[in-house]
Formats: sequence, C-alpha cells, structure tokens
Amino acid sequence: MPKLTVDGVEVEVPVGSTVLQACEAAGREIPIFCFHPRLNIAGSCRMCLVEMEKSPKPVASCAMPAADGMVIKTDTPLVHKARRGVLEFLLINHPLDCPICDQGGECDLQDITLFYGPDQSRYTENKRPVVDKYLGPLVSTHMTRCIHCTRCIRFLDEVAGVEELGAVQRGEHMEITNWIEASLTSELQGNIIDLCPVGALNSKPYEYKARTWELRKTESIDVSDAVGSNIRVDARGNEVMRIVPRLHEGINEEWLSDKGRFLYDGLKKRRLDRPMVRRDGQLQPADWRIALDAAAARLKGTAPERIGFVIGDLVDAETMVLVRELAARIGTPNVDCRQDGSRLGYGPRASWLFNSTIEGIERADAFLLVGTNPRHEAAVLNARIRKRSRQIPMPVGRIGAAGIDLTYEVQDLGAGVQTLSDLLAGGIGFAKELRAAQNPMVILGSGATARADGLAVLDLAMRVADEFGAISEGWNGFNVLHHAASRVAGLDLGLVPGQGGGLDVAGMLAGGVDVLFLIGADELDLSGLSPDVHVIYQGHHGDRSAPRADVILPGAAWTEKHGTYVNTEGRPQRAKLAVMPPGEAREDWKILRALSDVLGVTVKLDTLGAVRARLAELAPFLATPDVIVPAAWERAAGPGDLGFDRAPFVSPITEYYQTNAIARASGVMAECTKLRLAEHSIKATGTHG
Amino acid sequence: MLRDQDRIFTNLYGEQSPWIDGARARGDWSNTKDLILLGREAIVDGIKKSGLRGRGGAGFPTGMKWSFMPKQSEGPTYLVVNADESEPGTCKDREILRHEPHKLVEGCVVAAAGMGCTAGYIFIRGEFVREGQALERAVAEAYEAGYLGKDCCGSGMSFDLYVHRGAGAYICGEETALLQALEGTKGQPRLKPPFPAMVGLYGRPTTINNVESIAVTPTILRRGPEWFAGIGRPNNTGTKIFCISGHVNRPCTVEEQLGIPLKELLEKHCGGVRGGWNNLLAVIPGGSSVPLLPKSICDDVLMDFDSLRAVTSGLGTAGVIVMDKSTDVVKAIARLSKFYMHESCGQCTPCREGTGWLWRMMERMVKGECRLEDIDLLQDVTKQIEGHTICALGDAAAWPVQGLIRHFRPELERRIREQGEARRLAA
Repeated sequence: MPKLTVDGVEVEVPVGSTVLQACEAAGREIPIFCFHPRLNIAGSCRMCLVEMEKSPKPVASCAMPAADGMVIKTDTPLVHKARRGVLEFLLINHPLDCPICDQGGECDLQDITLFYGPDQSRYTENKRPVVDKYLGPLVSTHMTRCIHCTRCIRFLDEVAGVEELGAVQRGEHMEITNWIEASLTSELQGNIIDLCPVGALNSKPYEYKARTWELRKTESIDVSDAVGSNIRVDARGNEVMRIVPRLHEGINEEWLSDKGRFLYDGLKKRRLDRPMVRRDGQLQPADWRIALDAAAARLKGTAPERIGFVIGDLVDAETMVLVRELAARIGTPNVDCRQDGSRLGYGPRASWLFNSTIEGIERADAFLLVGTNPRHEAAVLNARIRKRSRQIPMPVGRIGAAGIDLTYEVQDLGAGVQTLSDLLAGGIGFAKELRAAQNPMVILGSGATARADGLAVLDLAMRVADEFGAISEGWNGFNVLHHAASRVAGLDLGLVPGQGGGLDVAGMLAGGVDVLFLIGADELDLSGLSPDVHVIYQGHHGDRSAPRADVILPGAAWTEKHGTYVNTEGRPQRAKLAVMPPGEAREDWKILRALSDVLGVTVKLDTLGAVRARLAELAPFLATPDVIVPAAWERAAGPGDLGFDRAPFVSPITEYYQTNAIARASGVMAECTKLRLAEHSIKATGTHG
Repeated sequence: MLRDQDRIFTNLYGEQSPWIDGARARGDWSNTKDLILLGREAIVDGIKKSGLRGRGGAGFPTGMKWSFMPKQSEGPTYLVVNADESEPGTCKDREILRHEPHKLVEGCVVAAAGMGCTAGYIFIRGEFVREGQALERAVAEAYEAGYLGKDCCGSGMSFDLYVHRGAGAYICGEETALLQALEGTKGQPRLKPPFPAMVGLYGRPTTINNVESIAVTPTILRRGPEWFAGIGRPNNTGTKIFCISGHVNRPCTVEEQLGIPLKELLEKHCGGVRGGWNNLLAVIPGGSSVPLLPKSICDDVLMDFDSLRAVTSGLGTAGVIVMDKSTDVVKAIARLSKFYMHESCGQCTPCREGTGWLWRMMERMVKGECRLEDIDLLQDVTKQIEGHTICALGDAAAWPVQGLIRHFRPELERRIREQGEARRLAA
C-alpha cells in the first residue's frame, strides 16, 4: 500500500488509488468536473491540478496513480492559481444564466466557482453560442452551458452500453452531439442529467418547473421494477416534481432506470380520488361509508370459497399483511399475488429470490439467462452485468428470445425448455464454459416461470444450477429475476393459493369466483370475465381494471404512503410518504382495516407499527429494513410429471415504458413508447421507400 | 561548419535516386544484418553513447527512451514513427521522406532490433501525398529485397512495417494523439502516466520517434557513436537538419552540426538576411511553437538545445523563421495564435478555451485596440494555459505570445498609444 504525504499529512491508500483519492483520504477536498468514480478517467477538465514534489508542472490528481513517497500539496499559490485559471477559462464561454438554469442550486460549476473562482470576468470578447441538440423526450439540452467534461459520453459508452453521444469538431468548436438527430435509446439515459456537472443536460419533463431549494426531499424506493432502486422523491406542495436516484452500492449504485425516474407525471393523471359504486350500470361517486357497505354486503353474501383476492405489482407489504389477515378471517383460500400467472411461491424461499444478490454479480464469471430480458425487466441490474462483462471476459448464454441487444455479448443457445434440458445433459457447447466458471450464475426470468410448466422449468433450472457448480460454499448462483415490485413480499407472505386448494389467478378469472377483489391488479385480462362476477377494485389509477369494477376503493400510490417493498434479492426496504393521497384516497392497509370492521371480522392492526410487527411475525426475514436474510439452498420437491410446453420463453415485457398503471397514465412514458414504436416500424420496413 | 564527409543525408536535395539502388550506392542497407546482430543492449548503448537527442522538438535522449521499453514482454511491442510533420516553418522530415526514404526504413529495422519491436507504423501526414507514395515504394522495395518481413536482412528477426496516412491534424503529431489516431479514434492526447513505453499502441509497449531521429541511427551505428558524439557541442551532439524560411536571400533546408551560430547558419547557407544582418528584426529558431528571439540575441546565439533554452527559447524542430524589419511582428504572432486555436483538439479546458481568447486578444493587439493593462492580461492568460494542459500544445500556444511580450512590449504599447491618440483626435 503506497504511503504519501498530502499537505504534511501522511496517508496510506490501497494499491491502484489515484492521488485524488489519497487527497480525499487526507481530508482534502479537490474540485473536480470531469472525474467520476464510476466512469473512466478523462483528466480533461484540469480542475483537480495539485502540486507534486519533483514535478515541474502541476499534475491532474484524478489521473495520477498514487505512488510511495509522493509529496502532494493542495494548498499552495501554484495550485490556487491553476484552479482559478481553469475556472476562468470554463466561465469565459459559459452563459451567465444561472437565474433561469435548472441546475442552479445544485451546480458543480456554481459551487466550485464560489470557493475557488475569480469574482470578476476579465473576458471582453463575445461568448460562444452552441446550437442545442435533440436527445429525445427525456433529456433537454442547453449546449452553450456545456463545459466538455464528457461524462455523458462516457456514461453512455461504458455503463449504458449505447454509443450514441460523441464529441465532434476540435478546439473551441468542439460540441457534444448525437450527430444524427434522434432520441437516445438507452433505458438509463436519465442518468446523464445527474452526471452533467452544469445545466447543459436537464430533465425535459422537469424543466423550468421548480427550483431545487423549494423541493421537499423524501427518501423512497423505486417500484417500477423489482430491483428496488433507492430514490429520492422531490415534492413541492402536494405535487411530486421529480425523482432522482439515491446511492445504494448494493442495488443501484447511483443509477436509476428511466421508467423509475420519469413516470411520476402519471401520478397526477387518471387518479381514483373518491370511492365509487356502480349504480344503474354506471360507476357513480359515493362516500366511503356507502362504498365500504356495498363491498361488505357483496362479500358477506357470497360463500367464502367463491371470493378471490388478486394482488397487483405495486402493492406494499403492509397492505398484503392486511389482505392475508382479511382473507383468512373471511375464510377464502383464493389469494394470489401473481397476476402474470407465475408458478413460483412453493417450496424453499431460495426458489424465488435473486440469491447471489445484485452486488454478487460482480463476483460471477459466467451467466446463463433463462427466459429473461434483463435490459427491460431490470435495467439497472442489467448495467451491473454489463459492468462485470467489462471487468473480465466471461461467457453469457441466453435461452429465450434471440437478437435482443443486452449491451454485452450474448450467446444465443436456444429458445425454450428443450435447450435447458439439453444443457443439463451437457449436449451443447456452452455447458463446458459454464462448468469451467468459478461462480456461475443462473438467472431465471418470469418468461420461463409464468407459464403452465413453470414449476417444471424452475426445477430444471435449479438442477442446472446444482449441476454446474452454481451452488457452493459462500456462493449461491441461482437467481430469480422478478419484474414486479410487490412480488417477493407477496411470495414471502405466502399469498398464493396453497394446500387449501385455492384458485390461482387463471382459475378465478375462469369463473371460479363470484366476487373478485383486485388490489391494484391491472395486468389482468378481464374481458373474459363473466358479467355476473362482482369486482371490487382497490387502487390508485383508473387503469385497465377499474372500468370493470362495481365498487372502487381509492388507494394511495407508493409516493403517498409508508410502505415496505421487498426487492428481487429479498431485501426489504421502506418507502416513505412524500405527498398526501389525492382527494378521498387513503392508505391501502387502512382501507382494508376499515373494511374488516364493516365485515364484522375486525383485523386488530390499528397502527403502522402494529402492521409491521405482524409482518415481522409472518415473515421474520423481512423484519429489518435493508438487510437480506439469505435463503438456505434446497431443491424444491419435484413437481411431478407435468410435462413440458415446447413453446419458446417470452419475456413478459413487450413495451418497456408501459409496465404499470402509473407509467400507462404518464404522458412522458407515452411519448417514449410512441418514439420507440416509430423507430421500430422504420426498422421493420426499411426497404419500403 | 559541417564537413561534407560528415553529412548523413547525402541525398537531401534529390540529386540522386531515392530508390533502393541509389540508397545502396550511398551505403544504406550495406551491413544492416550486422547492426541487427549487435543485439539490443549494444544498439541502445551505441545510441546512448552517441548523445543523440530526439529531433522532434523536445530533445529527449533517444537512447534513454529506447531503454524504457520492457526487456521482456509477452506479445507484440511496437515502434511508431512520427512523420506527421506539421509544425509551421519545418520541412526536414519531408525531404527525408522524399529523397532518403530508405534511411528511414533501415532506421526502423535497426530501432526495432534495439527495442525488440515486432511491428512498426509510420504515421505520415495526410498532406504528404507524394512523400507517402515515395515511402510506400521504399517499404515495398525493402520487403522485396528481404530487408523487412519474417527474416529481416537474413538476421532471423521478424519485423513488419506499415505506412499509415493521417488526415492532417496538427495535434496528431503529439505522440499519444498519434496513437489514438492510429487506433482509429479521434486524435486527442492521452494522459500520462501510463507512458507509451508501458501502455502504448493497442495497449502494448510502444516507442514513438521522430523521422529524423530514426533515420540517423543506422549511420550512427555504422560509423560509430564516437564519430557522432564528436560533432557539435557537449550534450548537443551530431548533425541536424535546419529548415530556414522567411526573409533570407536563399531559404533552404540544410544539414549542419548542432551548435552552429545562428548568424553563420543564415549567412553561409542562405545568403544572409534580406537587406543585410542589420535589417534583421527577429528569428523564431525552432518552429512556430518556440518564443522568438530579437536581433540582439540572434547576433551570437548558438543553434542547439541548451544554448537556445538558455535564452528562453528552444531548438524545437530547428525550423528557423527569419523576419526582417518589414515584418509586422505582432501580426505574425497573431497568425500563429490563430493556428493554435484552429488546431487545439478541444479535450482539456485551458487550451480549448484559452487559445481562442489569446487569438482574439492578439487580433486586437495588432490594431492596438485595447488598453495597456491588456498586455498583462495577455501574459496572464498565457501563464494560465502553460503547464496546465494534458499535452504540450498548450505550452506551444502560449510561448510565441510570451516571447512577443518579452521582447516586443514597447511595440505593443506603441500601437495601443497610437490607436488611443487616433481615437482622441477623431472624437
């Protein structure tokens, strides 16, 4: 470990550190623009110059490897002059439009200028104007403000894996551009807004809407996929103004998928903000008492085994505790949290978790993707796989739809379950590569489990994991990748039709129930449902299911309640209330608590604390937020002779920007979808002239 | 003055054939096999002993540079020859490529033997169309004669040589930008460390040398390092091609010994300054990027690395630009500032933003349309660029302006005063 002296302080830093890190270890703050710890070093802004003994020139600390015996000085006239000079150069062509710039208040250039910059400009020539670029509906540009740090270029090249931005021209004419005017295609493009140290790249939906210092910041969890990215919800008044990522090394590092970042405008549209009851064939506004009475009357008048509960993808664990309690008291076995028809949820917990953990991806050295498209199902997680694939050369095999660009090299092994069994038998070449790996990783997507033979596929995949050494001391390489934020909590709470012989979703929809209680379940096809079935819908959006409902109980979206979400790794995390639910809408667990009273089967859970205590009783491994309790490996008992379906695995996500009710209500997501479809159709008919 | 028998480039003016027969007649390729078989250490030692310093501008000892290459390395290592000669006022490599291409090709073989390189690339300036053709012909001839390829000159060494054409960017003459361009990306300098000797072309150990440095090595080894070291002055040994342009009676490119007095160089080879020595205003001694020298210094300065550094200028590429008293020296330097603004790659801040600022101020200086304090501002801006950039282009942009202010400040002040006077009268 090299030992250096920084301003007279001796520090020891790990091998491979830079002088910048050494300075930080010594408690010295070094101003930076182009440097970013998760991107390659550019060393081009020259802001981090420090004095190094025996070097005639100041050195760029971000790029200089720390070596034994270096003597670094960060507080000398030479360093101050260099910093002031670089800042002056950056500012001569930077517009003075801070008062109208969205970055104002959280701008690196502003902050650093305040500390190190000149207070007056000596530049009397004209400033350089730069034409703005079109980057799509998510990122707006003000290229005159650009300071050419190239973080955006490097992020898209390295992390997102799409080479869509670059620098053209030379010298002071250099511009960041996508060259051909088109929307960026990455699912992670929003991150370049955060990376931009100035206001050159801004969020288009948020532009000119608020000033950062007016915003109330609430820590929360992203529910647009099952990764559980940590986010911060910025609100003003009772309106969510924007969503930005929070740092969590174990999950999202500091990235966030575009859906999670931009779907928030859907929170203000198509909201169910008052209870409704169907009268004379029409849904009509009612008050809570009438709506609850109507729901209770129907529930009481129906035999318990003819009542079914379906839980949607955005539901928090607290609500699911209430569903469980309520269903138990009513006495119905028909409860299902798997709207997509997945077969998971039986046997050991390890059979529905991402056991390696997301951080574990960086220890893996071979991947087998089964029936999943991680780029769309979990964009941030996919970036981790790409990160790993840039660290070491490693094989990635895919069983499922071929040809989808995952931003790293993938071998397409086959389409369906036959390939998986061939692999187990060692019949394909990839078997050798998988066997050679130290820490191989199997990722099973819902494209493989949400089908009739799902359990058989699960069993096969687990046998593959066992066979190829994915299970060893200190390494569990069997992983299930969910795409619904509520799913793991639902499975952990046992919200699947079980030994009691209850009906699953398909059974309920096929006429197995007379009263269907949907809790935020919008991914169902209700068109085949008999008109006689009474539908109670509790949720926050008038999306696919609400129009069919006979009673609507308006609930809260995830930003409007305190909720626990368990991500695909089995990591419970708490989202906090950022704004109040609109109108008469209420937190979901309270609605069910009230309904139980009206039904006369009171669930005695009166506070959030009581609900969480019950959650911890039912699922002890969800008791501590942000702690993963590893699941012991055991193979599920064989599902018996179910037979395999020869159909290929198909990813459940056909349209990335439209996977939940909030996203479907969002205008921004709709525009993204439109653009993607347009692009797709051009590609499909490229020769039609 | 250099004796004729000590000249290395005996066909500098193209009086004989540049092709392989002519080259053989001049002694090239005569015992290349023996030179190769001297072995790595002997070759590098020989170059070290000769005192050869890099001819591209920085004057770094070539032998030492060669010794930085790893002694043992799995996989390929590269020799890259920088033939991207774009420095204004410099035309020495051009003459070598035109008339002595075999000296360069043979030099590549010897250098490769000295460093254990497996392949070589000659990066030639895009504008050098004919020179590129000549070089390609020379390489083809050398392949045909068995001097290159699997078994170079029968020595058992395997070495391939490729000619790569640049696209005409000045920055690609910077060694790491050149590597970027060779790899097919935008020509922008890389950060150092890592130095190319460790991580160079395609991530492999690489040495980059100037055309002239490589072309003289076979002759040095053939005639002995002592011979080369005996020419010139201590620490500034050997011969050097000078390119004299501007206000002399006969502009020329000539091989001379290092340390020749500037006055002697101009008078012996160029017929003197136009209008006589007293008509001299200033000389830029080493290509556009070094500070100019006023006549008072030119009277007795010696043309070598150390002497010119002592007068805060530099030998650079030895492209001597002579300006007599008819020159608008401010305008001349302003033109150079425009060149550096145009050629800045735009990667790092001080150069990208500073060169444009410099040029705009220089344009106003030409007309005197500024305040007296602006001279200090100009000086301050050059100091803010100098030493703060990734590559040396920032320094190169700053130095000519610094030289102007150092030696011609009264001229700048005169223009500003006269302009102010004219304005007052007009008002």
